[in-house]
Order: sequence, then C-alpha cells, then structure tokens
Amino acid sequence: MVGITSIGAYIPIYRLSREEVGKMWLTKGSAGGRAVAGYDEDTVTMAVAAALDCVKGNGRKVDGLYFATTTAPYKEKQSAAIIASAVDLDKECDTADLTNSLRAGTTAMKGAIGAVESGAATQVLVVAADCRLGAPKGRFEQILGDGAGAVMIGSTDPIATIEGSYSIFSDFTDLWRTNNDDFIQSGEVRFIEEAGYIPTMQEAVQGLMKKYSLAPADFSKIVFYAIDSRQHTDMAKRLGFEKSQVQDPFFGQIGNTGAAQVLVSLVAALEEAAPGDRILVAGYGDGSDTFIVRATEHVSTMHHRKPSMKDMLARTVPVDYGRYLSWRDLIPTEPSALPERAEPSLAPRWRERKVIRALYGVKCRKCGTPQIHTIGQSLRVCIACRAKDEFEDYKFSDKRGKLFTYAIDKLQPTKNSPGLNGVIDFDGGGRWICELTDYDVSKAATGMPVEVTFRKLSQGKGIVNYFWKAKPVLE
Amino acid sequence: MESIKDKVAIVGMGCTRFGERWDMGVEDLLVEAAYEAYEDAGIEPKDIQAAWLGTVFSGMSAMTLSPLGLQYIPVTRVENMCATGSEALRGACYAIAAGVCDIALAIGVEKLKDSGATGVKGPAIIGDNTDGSSSIGSGYSAPASFAYLGTRYFSHYNLAPEEGKRLLAEIAVKNHHNGSLNPKAHFHNELSVEQVMKAPIVAWPLGLFDCCGVSDGAAAAIVVRADMAKRFRADPIYIKGMAISVGARQGTIGSGYDFVHVEENTRAAQAVYEQAGIKNPRKEISCAEVHDCFSTHELVVYEDLQFSPRGRAKEDIDAGTFTLKGELPVNTDGGLKCFGHPLGASGLRMMYEMYKQLQGKAGPRQVKNPRLAMTHNLGGNAGAGVGCCVVVGNEK
Repeated sequence: MVGITSIGAYIPIYRLSREEVGKMWLTKGSAGGRAVAGYDEDTVTMAVAAALDCVKGNGRKVDGLYFATTTAPYKEKQSAAIIASAVDLDKECDTADLTNSLRAGTTAMKGAIGAVESGAATQVLVVAADCRLGAPKGRFEQILGDGAGAVMIGSTDPIATIEGSYSIFSDFTDLWRTNNDDFIQSGEVRFIEEAGYIPTMQEAVQGLMKKYSLAPADFSKIVFYAIDSRQHTDMAKRLGFEKSQVQDPFFGQIGNTGAAQVLVSLVAALEEAAPGDRILVAGYGDGSDTFIVRATEHVSTMHHRKPSMKDMLARTVPVDYGRYLSWRDLIPTEPSALPERAEPSLAPRWRERKVIRALYGVKCRKCGTPQIHTIGQSLRVCIACRAKDEFEDYKFSDKRGKLFTYAIDKLQPTKNSPGLNGVIDFDGGGRWICELTDYDVSKAATGMPVEVTFRKLSQGKGIVNYFWKAKPVLE
Repeated sequence: MESIKDKVAIVGMGCTRFGERWDMGVEDLLVEAAYEAYEDAGIEPKDIQAAWLGTVFSGMSAMTLSPLGLQYIPVTRVENMCATGSEALRGACYAIAAGVCDIALAIGVEKLKDSGATGVKGPAIIGDNTDGSSSIGSGYSAPASFAYLGTRYFSHYNLAPEEGKRLLAEIAVKNHHNGSLNPKAHFHNELSVEQVMKAPIVAWPLGLFDCCGVSDGAAAAIVVRADMAKRFRADPIYIKGMAISVGARQGTIGSGYDFVHVEENTRAAQAVYEQAGIKNPRKEISCAEVHDCFSTHELVVYEDLQFSPRGRAKEDIDAGTFTLKGELPVNTDGGLKCFGHPLGASGLRMMYEMYKQLQGKAGPRQVKNPRLAMTHNLGGNAGAGVGCCVVVGNEK
C-alpha cells in the first residue's frame, strides 16, 4: 500500500520577534516570532537539511526527488538537482521542481503518490521549502516564516498510508509575484478570503469527505493551509473540526512557511500520531489538494525522532531587525574593507563537484587514511603514505567531528559577524578547515562536537556558491 | 651535498623606511633600497652581474626591476609568499656559490597600501586555481588563520585565556619597544601590556596589537663570493646556512598535527643549524629576526627554532630572554609587528637588521658581541606553509 515511509523537517534556528518588527515601524507587532533563514541559508539549503533528515537511517533506494517551492534560487536551473546532489542520491533518480504555487508541496506529494502507485517509482522523496519575502513594514513581513518539510513516498513498511485524495484547481488570483516582484502582492484581504480561500477549501475538503463517505469525526487530526492563525482557526470551525483535532501550524513560533507549510505540519502530526489515526491533509493555492493519511503500526518509530519538531521549535536564537534586513539583502550595508574575493569560477567548481556534492574526500586503499583538501583540490598522492592514485571515494557529509582549534574572526566579511572558523577532526579520521555556522561564539571551545551542513558559501553577482560548513551538534 | 656555509658574503645592504608610503611607488622603493645597498657595498650599478627580485603582489616578471636601469643582465623574479624576500636572497646566494656570477643583487619590494583596502589581498591560497578561483576556500582573514595557533596553544598547555593573552602581549610590547628605537620602522610607539590586552579583538586571541603592520617597503642585499668579500669591506657578513621547508599541507589534510608548532619552521631550523654546524641554537645564536606576523606565531617560533623547549616559551618570555637586554634578543628592529610587513621585502629587511647587528652598527638596539644571527620567515599558514631560515655570521 502506498504511503509515507519517512518524514523530515528543517526550521532555521533564527527567530525575528514580531514585537521587534512592530517597534521598528511604531505599530503593534503580533505575538511570537517568525523563523528566519540564516544569512547563508535559502530554499535549497533548507530543503537539503529536511531531505537529509528524511533519508536518515533509510538506506533504501530513492528513485525520485520532487522539490516544491515558490522561492527557487534560480529562475532557470533546477533546484531539485542541487538538492539530490547534496543528499547524494543515485544518478538515475528522477528530479523535478514544482513551483509557482503555494499548493506545490501537496501537488508534489500527489505526483509522488501517483508515481509509486503506478510502479514508475519505488520511493520518491518530496521536499518543500520556502523563504518568501514580505515588503518591510507590511503584513507579510510578520506573517511569513522560513522552513522546509519532507516526506518519503513509498510502499514498504509505511508509517502512514494514503487512503484517498481529492483535488481541484481554481484560477483565482489572491497572492502573486510577477517576474519583477521581490515581494508578495495581494488582493484585498476580505475579497481573497471570501471569494477564494473559504469556498475553495470547503469544496475540496467536503469533496474528499463525500468521495470517501467520511465525516470530521472520523479524523483524529486535520492538517491544512491557512495564511495566518485567525484564518486557520476560522476555517477549522467552518469545516466542522473541533479544536482538539487541529494540528498546530506553528504560526506563533515559525510563521507561514508557504509551500512547505502543510508538509511541516504533517511531520509534526505524524510525530505524535497513534497507529490507526486518520489525518486529513489539505493544501491550498490555485485550488486545493486533499488527502486521507492513516497512521500504521510503524508510526511509533517516528515518535522519538531527533531532532523532533519540538526540538526545532525549542532551539532558537533571536535575530534583530537590522540583521534580518541585511541577511535578506533588504538594506545596503557598508562593504568590508578587506580586498574583495574573486567570484567563483564555473570550471573549478565543476572539477570540485564531488567535494561540493556530499563533501566527498578520499580514503587511501594502501594505508586507510581518510583525507580531504581544504579547498577541494583533487588529491592524487596520499598525504600519509604517498601512494599515488590509490584512493577510493570517502564521504564526509554524514560524519561528525570535533573542533580541534578555532578562530573567531571579526574581520571576516560575513553577514553574521564575527565569523567562526575551525579545524575539524572527523570521527573516523580526516581533517578539514572550514567556516562554521549557527554558532554561539561564547560557546566555541576546542573539542566541541560538530556536524556539517549545506550552505551558501557566497553569493555574488553570479551563481549561488553552495558548499558545506560545520555547525555545533545540538543535542 | 655541500653546505653553502662560508661560500657567499653580504657586502652591502639597503632598506627603505617602512610604512604607509603614500609618497613612494614601487619604483621609488626599489631605487631607494638598491642605491643604499650599492653605496654600502661601494659598488656602481654596472657592477651587478645578476639580480633576484622578490615580490608577491607588486609586479609581474623581472621587468618590475626595470626602474633600476640595469643593462641587460639576468634578472629573476621570485615569489614564495611571506618568505619571498628570503627567497630572492637564496637565489642570488646560490648563483654566487655556483660560480656563475661574482656580484649579485637580491632585492624585495611590496607596495601593499595602493590597494585601497585594509589588510592583504587574500586568500591567494597556495596552489589554488589562479588566485582565489577555487570556489570553496574558506573566507577567513589572515589573523584568523594564526588565531588557530593561539586557541590551541592555550588549550594544549592549559593556559588560562588571560594568561595566554598576557604572554602574547609581552611579545608585542617587546617588539614595539625595539621598533621605537628604529627610525625606519613603520610604528614608533611604545605599548604597555595593558594596552595590548585591552585592544579591540581582531580574531581571538589576537587583538589589534597582536597583528603586524601592513606596510610598503623594500630592502636589498649585495652578495659576492666569500673569498672576494674583504675587497669590498672590512666587515662582510658570511652566509652560514639557508634552508626552506615546504610540506604537503599535512597539517590541514591529515589529522594529527597539533597546531602548537609549525613543522615547516621546525624542519627549516633543523636544516639550517646542520648546515651552519650549530649544535645548541639557544647558546650559539646571538640574535634573531623571526616571523612575528601575529604574536601567536612568534610564541611558537621560539620553540620551533629551539630557543625554548616545547611548551616552555612562557618561562623565557617571563624571564625577558628575548628582549634587547636578554639572553637571545629576538626582533631587535621591531619585527614585522612594529617595523612592518611588506611581504616581498620582509626577509631582506630582517637580514638588514642582522647584518647591522653583526657589524656593530645597530645603534641603541645593538646586541652585545654578536657572532651568529638568523632570520626566519613563514609563508602561508600553520599546517600548510613555507618555512625559511637563514643563518649569518661575522667570522669566516
């Protein structure tokens, strides 16, 4: 039976308090805070983190990766291929981006279910991530949040099966961005709710229940899209669901994560679902996709996930409004007085593709020493025994390590000064000098456990320069 | 393999005032250093038979030396990161030792302050794909790469952060005192330990005064066959040994490197002592100019050059061993810290001071009865660098 075989999520650690935004503009800020992608994060890096979380401990073959977002870093160039590469999926894996709609996350899920049902694929990883921008001072600035969710669709030992689905499309213009818009544009608030959101959601959800002869009481949880918590609470009532049946969409702690929102909420619901629980899932945007998801006896394996959604909600670092603006390039800042670094060149980046892919180094077949070149140059002669061309690939991205020594760098041209750089000794061997991220400089110490994370190393006028950094292990 | 010991002599040297030389271009700096060296050696420009020019960023090819008006002689431009000046001297000395010329010029120059930026252009990572085009090199600053040594040294030897900072401060205070006695130095101010410790942090544990000056400058040497040296002057200085050690980045690729010493320094020192026949460097070396680009590095260099036993530089710092009046004065001219660090010139600037010391011409900084002196550079970083040592003496 086709279902969800694994789940994953990623919420950046940074939070912008809405009160802080309110103070900035002398208006009342809403309650709570919104998740903010770090200066070195974007939709792709968050998707990689959620995807890695989802495939963790699951060595089975993944033959599809569908990536959903409305904020792909490139207008032309596939994000799914970047993500599949960093997650180190098989070269024959189908990759596709589903974009331009808030419903892209559930549409990707529906496509994956179809692919597995038809036998065209055995396991499809669905990842959704968004990092949308509201104009400063506007309502979306406070409403939105950054994050990513992932589900693996397959048929072997699912933690939840898909018992049914129902979708409708609707050419309704409520929110949009043209090619020239940086910020979300919106129709009049009550109009888009009364003429768009409410009837579309009602039609889809009621259509699903009618199709499968089910009523709200048949579901233990409902997971659905809404723009904010007011709309969410109101819609649950309209659909006939009790408060206790409604999965918290974390608007207070994260914000509206766009195309990722339903998947993020579904991950949270499955982390707490009991075997047999029926969950109604409804995505919205240019129509609606709805599903009946039913937890199996395997769902209990998801109850002790590390990190869980609860962990990710608990680990937060406040970010002030100034940093938020500079991280999103919404305010020009004085450039570093240090000489500018050269833009990455495509040819060496191509030669370094294995290192970029999943932090691949090499291991000497003669002496067994794992090794990786700090700037990704190919290693031809073993650093330990000097054997020539006697290497096999050795993946470092799945290894943890310890900080051997470090430097807190106030000169480093980073948007999260001071920079922290470290010499990492990997468990199992291998040393790497790298930048760190998501750190608390006051806690930097030799011997600190670290893991690696896929980030933007730089982004200049040209391409996004994705690479790996180390970050403290949070446990 | 023969040692270079006593085959080559330095008979003239020149060094510009280092600093932010807005008033001088590369060409002015080269002329100023070269003509001081000619005059010191008592030679005419036409006497130069071959020249080695060291610069990292301030010009390409031997044509950078054209402002000297040399007349169709062989000129070689060399580059070896912060050891570039010493590399130019090495090239000239080897040519003399080989007998292919009798009088050669070694000159180093760097004009860092025309870039319009603070700090040194970076990271021109060794062996990378044509100047930083490697897409994934970390973007940290030069101080950060030497902060690694401090962080690890403190942790390895259980030094409390305050205590470690104080040790580093003592090094900066010493070098600034020496530099204050030197009209050619970039800076002339004395510092207190408290000032150094309270200075803004650049890359912990390095504060502003733990970092060397970014300077413009040039320095030059005239080298001749040792057996000809006395024809030029009564007090020539003889090359006793020259060594360069380059690893394979073992410290940054393979695990196990401790970040409390620099292997390239250690190996270059061992090699140079062997060439010079030095058994006990602490006793036999009268004074030294070492690569104090950052105070953390001078700290480990004391141990790499065997001036202090491993882990015990602290005792020598506290005893004042490396001060002007101490047992083994180090960086008597102010060092990179206070004299300044125009990359291509620094190795020859160090030699300029050791040359003057060995001739008894170091004025208020004069060390008592020196016999053997050494210079030391490190190009690159701890774990992946170019270690370079030269030993010179005033007796053959």
